[in-house]
Amino acid sequence: MVRFENVIKRFGDNEVCRELSFTVAPGEFVTLIGPSGSGKTTILRLLMTLERVTSGLIEVGGEPLSHMPRGKGLVPADEKHLRKVRKRIGMVFQQFNLFPNMDVLRNVTEAPVHVLGESRDAAEAHAMALLEMVGLADRAREHPTRLSGGQQQRVAIARALAMRPDVLLLDEVTSALDPELVAGVLALLRKIASTTDITFLCVTHEMGFAREVSDRVMMFDAGRVVEEGTPDVLFTDPGHERTRAFLHAVLDRR
Amino acid sequence: MDAWKWDLFFGSFPYVARGLLVTLKITLFGSLLAYALGLLFAVLLRARIPVAHQLLRGFIEAIRSTPVLVQVFVLFWLMPQATGIKLDAETTGVLALGVHYACYTADVYRAGIDAVPAGQWEAATALSLPRSRVWLGVVLPQAVPRVVPALGNYTISMFKEVPLLLAIGVLDVLNRAKEFGADNYRVIEAYTMAGLVFLALSYPASILVRRLERRVAHP
Repeated sequence: MVRFENVIKRFGDNEVCRELSFTVAPGEFVTLIGPSGSGKTTILRLLMTLERVTSGLIEVGGEPLSHMPRGKGLVPADEKHLRKVRKRIGMVFQQFNLFPNMDVLRNVTEAPVHVLGESRDAAEAHAMALLEMVGLADRAREHPTRLSGGQQQRVAIARALAMRPDVLLLDEVTSALDPELVAGVLALLRKIASTTDITFLCVTHEMGFAREVSDRVMMFDAGRVVEEGTPDVLFTDPGHERTRAFLHAVLDRR
Repeated sequence: MDAWKWDLFFGSFPYVARGLLVTLKITLFGSLLAYALGLLFAVLLRARIPVAHQLLRGFIEAIRSTPVLVQVFVLFWLMPQATGIKLDAETTGVLALGVHYACYTADVYRAGIDAVPAGQWEAATALSLPRSRVWLGVVLPQAVPRVVPALGNYTISMFKEVPLLLAIGVLDVLNRAKEFGADNYRVIEAYTMAGLVFLALSYPASILVRRLERRVAHP
């Protein structure tokens, strides 16, 4: 579903992704772990087209994302191409980023109506079903600023799902939440991961969650994949010293 | 100099009031133009279209670097010769003040747009919202309410600058006062009345703007 081929991303002199190549299968739940600055979030941002690759190729669902075909070859994607391909991808952010000028329902229906061309009635029915699933149907007419962080993040998840994405990117979605609100959001994600065939790429520091839901965990350091494997193997018997040190540090902290 | 004449002071009021209607009309339409055009400028500048961006920046700098009275003269005397389009004095005033102030409100809007967090743009991108919806649905509804007080300040400023249109014969507050003074061979009472009329409107308006500012700062 997702393929990175020799992807390099530089910010100035800082090389954040160093010739990254990996694939993610349809329906797979992949968690990216590693110290901050190791390039995990950049991978999500590249996939969401919030950043452009410096070189290399990204494909989603067999279609080039970072590039577009022209003649026989590929050229860097223009805005029009990006607009088309990014519809298959959704993202949930650390800071929720709900639109404060719209009520909860409108946050969820805005894109289906204006991007997918759904009728407002259909979009609202779908949105209410999603809000029901995230446990916030009764808050549909409230403004996001009146909700707790955990509730806002659940609305953000519903908003992303309303676009029926093939790929959902989770960028430290519980990092900004008060500790007592984390469990509810993780439980929701667990439910979604097990009941849909969405492909997930998840950046998190919640190792317990990662271990439980991931099909595969990739350990990053300094823009490279240090090692990857099933959570059982990676968390219990990491092969790499860097992974051991990282896991030791994060698990110690709590 | 003769003593202050109250009858001339009060007698000037109907004239000044008639001028006030013209002043308010020019301020209203001039402000609307400045609000709309400034918003358009701000959005165009943000879009960073090559060439158009530089041209617009240059235009804004040129307008801001020259006195509005010079622009009034250009519109009123030069434009008819150059293009054959002749506008009446009031329309010229609306256009000159509106365009002049648009070059300032553009910056006001820009600040408001810059204050919308990057996360809002990113969320809009992540939802694939089309450009028009990003602006109309997400960015402007957040940016514009914040800048309303600043826009109000420019309207007050503009209101006080209408008298310079006297130079092209607009019968505003000051021109009416002058006319009344000329008829009575004394201008001091009428000019005082004109000044008080400006004060009576500008001062409460700026208090209102300050209140709005506080409301926007602490919603």
